[in-house]
Amino acid sequence: MEAKRNHTVLITAFCLLILFALAVVLQTLIPASSSWSMLLTVLQKGAVYALVAVSMNLLNGFTGLFSLGQAGFMLLGAYIYAVLTIPVADRAGVYQYYDGGLIQFSLPWPLALVLAGLGAAVIAYLIGLPVLRLRSDYLAIATLGFAEILRAICQWDKLGPITNGSNILRDYPRFSAMSAGSISLSTLAPVVIASICILFIVLLINSSYGRAFKAIREDEVAAEAMGINLFRHKQLAFCISSFFAGIGGAMYAMFSGSVQAALFRSSMTYELLLIVVIGGIGSVTGSVLASFLYIACSEWWLRGLDSGSFLGIEAPGIFRSGFRLVVFSVIIMIFVLFFRRGIMGNRELPDLFRRRPKSGKEASK
Amino acid sequence: MEFFNANLPYLLSGISVGGQYALIAIGYTMVYGILRLINFAHGDVFMVAGLMMVYLSTAVPIYAAIPLVIVLTVLLGFVIEKVAYQPLRTAPRMSVMISAIGVSYLLQNLALYITGGLNQNYPALPWISDTITVFGAATKRVTVITPFLTIALVVVLVLLINHTKIGMAMRAVSRDFETSQLMGIKINRVISVTFVIGSFLAAVGSMLYFSNYPGVTPTVGAMPGLKAFVAAVFGGIGSVPGAVIGAFLIGICENIIKALDTILMQLGVIQSGLGLATFSDAFTFVLLIVVLVAKPTGLFGEKATDKV
Amino acid sequence: MKKLISLFLALVLALGCLAGCSSGTDTDAPAADGAGTDSGATADNVVRIGVFEPASGDNGAGGKQETLGIQYGLAVQPTVEIGGTEYTVELVYADNQSANDKAISAAQTLVSAGVSVVLGSYGSGVSIAASDVFGDNGIPAIGVTCTNPQVTAGNEHYFRVCFIESFQGPVLANFAKSLGATRAYCLAKQGDDYSVGLCNYFMEAFGEADCFYETFPEGTSDFSTYVTNAKNQGCNVFFSPTSTEAAALIIDQAATQDLGMPILAGDTWDSNVIANAAQGKNNIEIYVTTFYQEGGDPEFDEAFRQWINSDETNLANNGGNDMVSGLSVMGYDAYFVALEALKAAGSTEPADVMAALWDVSYEGVTGLIEFDEIGDAVRNEAYVKQCNTETGQWDFVAVQGVE
Repeated sequence: MEAKRNHTVLITAFCLLILFALAVVLQTLIPASSSWSMLLTVLQKGAVYALVAVSMNLLNGFTGLFSLGQAGFMLLGAYIYAVLTIPVADRAGVYQYYDGGLIQFSLPWPLALVLAGLGAAVIAYLIGLPVLRLRSDYLAIATLGFAEILRAICQWDKLGPITNGSNILRDYPRFSAMSAGSISLSTLAPVVIASICILFIVLLINSSYGRAFKAIREDEVAAEAMGINLFRHKQLAFCISSFFAGIGGAMYAMFSGSVQAALFRSSMTYELLLIVVIGGIGSVTGSVLASFLYIACSEWWLRGLDSGSFLGIEAPGIFRSGFRLVVFSVIIMIFVLFFRRGIMGNRELPDLFRRRPKSGKEASK
Repeated sequence: MEFFNANLPYLLSGISVGGQYALIAIGYTMVYGILRLINFAHGDVFMVAGLMMVYLSTAVPIYAAIPLVIVLTVLLGFVIEKVAYQPLRTAPRMSVMISAIGVSYLLQNLALYITGGLNQNYPALPWISDTITVFGAATKRVTVITPFLTIALVVVLVLLINHTKIGMAMRAVSRDFETSQLMGIKINRVISVTFVIGSFLAAVGSMLYFSNYPGVTPTVGAMPGLKAFVAAVFGGIGSVPGAVIGAFLIGICENIIKALDTILMQLGVIQSGLGLATFSDAFTFVLLIVVLVAKPTGLFGEKATDKV
Repeated sequence: MKKLISLFLALVLALGCLAGCSSGTDTDAPAADGAGTDSGATADNVVRIGVFEPASGDNGAGGKQETLGIQYGLAVQPTVEIGGTEYTVELVYADNQSANDKAISAAQTLVSAGVSVVLGSYGSGVSIAASDVFGDNGIPAIGVTCTNPQVTAGNEHYFRVCFIESFQGPVLANFAKSLGATRAYCLAKQGDDYSVGLCNYFMEAFGEADCFYETFPEGTSDFSTYVTNAKNQGCNVFFSPTSTEAAALIIDQAATQDLGMPILAGDTWDSNVIANAAQGKNNIEIYVTTFYQEGGDPEFDEAFRQWINSDETNLANNGGNDMVSGLSVMGYDAYFVALEALKAAGSTEPADVMAALWDVSYEGVTGLIEFDEIGDAVRNEAYVKQCNTETGQWDFVAVQGVE
């Protein structure tokens, strides 16, 4: 048992170290004007998506709560972060229609990042009170509804002095502006923050809480009979998932340099859900891998499908704007219909390094 | 009286859009009643029906295009069920719902690819697109026709469900999936018929909707789809009359909220606008959550018993 | 069996990745060279200009017309002399899909393609959203028709060749007053920097108390209520500087309900989409302000029409007819401003081009273009046009300035 745990920790630490080193080395080696600079974008955006996908997986995959509110909590996180960190000097420009806005201070970014998560968690707690008692698909549609309500509130003109109405928020600290001395941290920062958060989620999943979550997923009635407080554990999973979705939202804001409520549509939640499905429902590693793959395909590898030539095939008539997304949705449907277990099923990274995959003994982990 | 005349147009467009939501909502409520599946792709079937009309009307005369669109939409609904839902019949419910989201994504992206993401102008259908005047309010004829057509279709549908063999089969399947299978009901046939009916109504709904608001974009079906689903939940999922009442209510409320600033200003309650129109879509979801929390079975829903 | 299938799939995925990478490097090999380390391998000197325009989404129609102007510029002047060597101009396209989130990755593809200068975009929101990406990489951008002041304010790298909203808004307000309007209904799209900004400056000039302001959410197709609101509010001018997509629906509803007041809009409505939508609807009156009046330079118009008619795709991108859009003319002028800057810089390095842009002075089809200390072109006139609902054409009304 002890040896196995050491093995797991070693492998995880090794992979993380490689990732961090890669982030630093690539950042310094790749010039902005080469096509490889898209790799950096993929690493940054992929890290953000990985965190949000894992937080969604915690809820949908590990606790069995089918929630579609992720975009709403990302929205909250992004807004809390952006509103709190815009430098006072820049507020007049950003809040151009609201005389510089109501808030006339700005917080350091790490503090705002944590507050973004906390804010999302608090709202999740309040939303969870009525919603978590609903059955699976009603829960899905109710959380989806709450995300839309949050979006409408953020866009309300009368809240403009705080949220800038439906207009764009920008000029806050971004990843691309971060550096230590002469070394740019624009890739390392998101990768490190996401790793820490995901590590925390993994620890939670492997704790007694995590086992309770899994018990709820497998059979609610049996779990309750075993003395697990259903509502309290659901509420906990919901709040923690939203906390990290909030941080993910703030990171999305830091990545993109500007946020607007209109970005966080329900289609964003669907996108995340499909990532989770491709990665394998119930596998943290799968969600992370799928996030990077998904972002790499959509931002980089499949771009050629939109602009006329792909893999050396020139067909401007077929490969025009939008074709990439069609190919993408077909791939997703293939996964949904034929590979329902996704890339990883419910295996994790260390499982890949074992000689004989144990089948049916997952519970002994 | 003057107040009534000024505000009649809101009510008219509310009833009209409500009728169109109702036609979509029936598709949701019937599918949910039988498969326990939120068919997220239904709103997009509605959108595709609109696009088909845009393209077909340039190729064939409009009188031929109308039945053709209906047939093709029905075919689309049928194929979606066969390809994306039937193979997952034994899979967990979440998988089927994800498949539905996948189909919705695929339809939207296909539409994006074909149209180039540009707004397509819906052709003016003869007669129903003409402008008429009702109590001094100018509107399109379709606005007035929609509620009557909707109610007529619903009556036919209810008769079908209550008095035909296939209708009886539908009721049996929605009551108990497995037992009805044991009783010799061909489940797949019943489900196919359900999708055919749903798609047929979505096609009719799309013609009415786009005659009123003649612009088709790839995402145009998403919001009406969600609202129609909320209407179905509101009326009690599985209940056709419930869905229709819910849809009319949502349509009317939505338009009143968009106009609330103006109405309140007319009444002298407020002096300047509050921007309440922002909440016209969000209101639907507030209604949904209130219903789900207060009366999860909706207005006419039957009490669900959870089997252990 | 299942394992086999999943192995096969993984293999396909991995191969796809590899292929994707390799094809990426193949096509971009000259890009790295063009950006300037050594030019040994590539004998042909190429300078890349990024075209950052929407080809889909809300503003797709406008973006396509603007791109047409840039492409026509390329057709007229495909080479440029930089520092004594003849360079071939290559346009690199990135579709920002009229969405602020998509704009960022579109901008990044332009950066990674090694462009020297970027043109675009149509729509202010996408320009503001992508601004930092260009700024971080030191690439100058020339806005063609993005009119929100925030595009160029507070940064060094964004320029623009058109007028701005703080000019256009008052112009429209003055024009509305000259039509005898006393109360205005203002309708903007939520979160659209262009329409919210323009409404804001319009209301400032018209008098906030005399305006009723509303916004509609994205994806709205039912404008009947907003039209009724305008009537019930007792307004006598309807100001709706929206995208062309919403415009077509608004016009349809206005005609159905017999709006009974003139509709005013900004430069986005100067499009044949609007003219087509309004044709035959004789109970509405539409006025717009714009950058260019067809016929302002007959020689240019003639040549541009010929070029459009010479190619099916161009004709489709221009909305199916050969009407000369102000957007295309602005795109054409912006292209030549970029060439002027490249000439003056004497290098293809983005930093040099940025420095050179400040001093560019170019006499374009739409008039003299020079940048002020913010990076905006100095403009003090706008054209007011009315839509002729009989012919489906735009008729010239007046040249309007701010008093």
